[in-house]
Amino acid sequence: MVHLFKNINTITKNLLSRKARSFLTILGIIIGVAGVIIIISLGAGAQALVLGQITKLGTNLIGVLPGKSNEKGPPASVFGVQIKTLINDDLEAIKDKNRVPHATEVAAYVRGSVTLVSGHESVDTTFTGTDGSYPRVQNVQMDRGTFFTDEEGRTGANVMVLGYDVANQLFPNGGELGSIVKIQNSGNTFGSIPFRVIGVQEKLGTVAFQNQDDQVYIPFTIGQRQILGINYIQFVRIKTDTSDNVSSTIADVERVLREQHHINNKDNDDFSVRDLADAIKILTSITDGLRMFLGLMAGISLIVGGIGIMNIMLVTVSERTREIGLRKALGATPKQIRNQFLIEAVLLTGVGGIFGIIFGILVSYIIALGARYAGYDWSFVISPLAIILAVFVSTLTGIVFGLFPALKAAKLNPIDALRYE
Amino acid sequence: MLIQLKNIIKEYDNGGVVTRVLRNISLDVEEGEFISIMGPSGSGKSTLMHIIGFLDRPTSGKYFFDNENIETFTDDELARIRNERIGFVFQSFNLLARTTVLDNVILPLTYGKKKDHIMLATKALEAVGLGNRLNFLSNQISGGQKQRVAIARALVCDPKVIFADEPTGNLDSKSGATVMNILGRLNSEGRTIILVTHDRNTAEHAKRIITIKDGTIISDEKNHHQKKSEIIEDDLEL
Repeated sequence: MVHLFKNINTITKNLLSRKARSFLTILGIIIGVAGVIIIISLGAGAQALVLGQITKLGTNLIGVLPGKSNEKGPPASVFGVQIKTLINDDLEAIKDKNRVPHATEVAAYVRGSVTLVSGHESVDTTFTGTDGSYPRVQNVQMDRGTFFTDEEGRTGANVMVLGYDVANQLFPNGGELGSIVKIQNSGNTFGSIPFRVIGVQEKLGTVAFQNQDDQVYIPFTIGQRQILGINYIQFVRIKTDTSDNVSSTIADVERVLREQHHINNKDNDDFSVRDLADAIKILTSITDGLRMFLGLMAGISLIVGGIGIMNIMLVTVSERTREIGLRKALGATPKQIRNQFLIEAVLLTGVGGIFGIIFGILVSYIIALGARYAGYDWSFVISPLAIILAVFVSTLTGIVFGLFPALKAAKLNPIDALRYE
Repeated sequence: MLIQLKNIIKEYDNGGVVTRVLRNISLDVEEGEFISIMGPSGSGKSTLMHIIGFLDRPTSGKYFFDNENIETFTDDELARIRNERIGFVFQSFNLLARTTVLDNVILPLTYGKKKDHIMLATKALEAVGLGNRLNFLSNQISGGQKQRVAIARALVCDPKVIFADEPTGNLDSKSGATVMNILGRLNSEGRTIILVTHDRNTAEHAKRIITIKDGTIISDEKNHHQKKSEIIEDDLEL
């Protein structure tokens, strides 16, 4: 044990006498290990981000979109194509407890761009026209004030709920509750419509790359008829009593809509009913692809690090072979040489591995912090498997390419090793 | 008898072309001798030296060191002989770069059983006049000093024989004289010295001169006018 310690001491001295080479070897391992940890962490964080945003809404949600779609992708309406087949009568039919018994909450949505004016302040933003059931469907809380009631939603009262950022922009000094905000719509000639602010929604951050706090909410009928001037619905979201009843409710909604639209064959559907499980499935397959791609990149980073280590080891083979020749001439046994090079490789790869792990975790953490600061609900994920794999591969490269030439050299006659070129 | 060679032959195989470098060399060396092996380049003198110094093995022939047949030695036993019983001085010094003078001299001790490495290495360096250079890096000293470090390294394990392969070949005449003087002194202290050189002047520091040509010994005679280098004090004191 004392002997081993002394050995390590000597070898450390030896390594320090070749700072550049030791540093480059360690650097190769740090790059390999840290690269893998960071990339895998990024992939896992991004996937958790995307899926977390959906599951946060709850698993007992169903979405109804106008337009037909198949299992593999969303309907065209998602991409902004206006499809007018989903109308207010359909909404009433879905809300009918006798026809869709397990739907506890139903909210319709229309969206558009508007300019808000309050006093001298004005803000361009998006509005969502929806029902009073919106906060219960979406699981959102109010920062202050209240959301409009089902009654206000149905009758189309002139009330408005502000997103968190809009409230700050329009009322930098506060006092928004009870104030009057006017909606101006340049695309329409109705002039401006006044609304009374009754609430401010809590800060939601960025979801799916959209700032959720840069919008306002008004009753559905006003949004649909007076501002957009349309008679169709862009989107309906249904909440079921339990998640077990999601599939039966989907079937109910599909049946009701077919009856409403006089469709006999489901191939002729002009609507799409989806639950979040479908969305999760689709997004998981997309993000899995992303993770595989990132895993590939991690593999490349590992190979690059490995080649770095290999190069340094191979470049120094002739120098090291001569050194081994000298050591043999001075009386080193093959075993002593093997031990020296083994300890050297273990020290280098060990130090590199530890620094690589620290560096990788640190950078992943900083990325997570940055993403959270930017408003993303990013989770900081470190995969132990990635660490083990990265350290194993880097260490193996270091040992194989450091030790094998040394073992070969240790078997040579001292004079042949001394004269090696 | 310290060293006894019987019909040593060494051949190199260069891709099917066999070159015989040593042809039937037989040689006896007693303890305490100071021998120069002389010859032009390519004569085989270095090869002979490497075989006697356990850096290489003969193709055939017998080699007895201290009356033991080295053919029967394992790699570990050979390593022990190199470590404890012989010391080697090379033409190109072969010091570890970026390493202190002291650590270079300690190196052979780390492979042996002796203790007090620093004390032994310091003593060896003092014996070659470098007691004040212990912590210099090996690339911070002059060529003559490097060769003296190499001699201290050869000396530090207290060997019976010191082999020196063209020890003055890379040195100016003054440094060369100092090195030869140290070797002469080591011999007078009872150590066997075997020196390889192509230079008549250097060879004449020895008590016995063996001349080799084309792989065979062509003469082996006592040197009746052994040279003594005057000690060049300022170099030793530097």
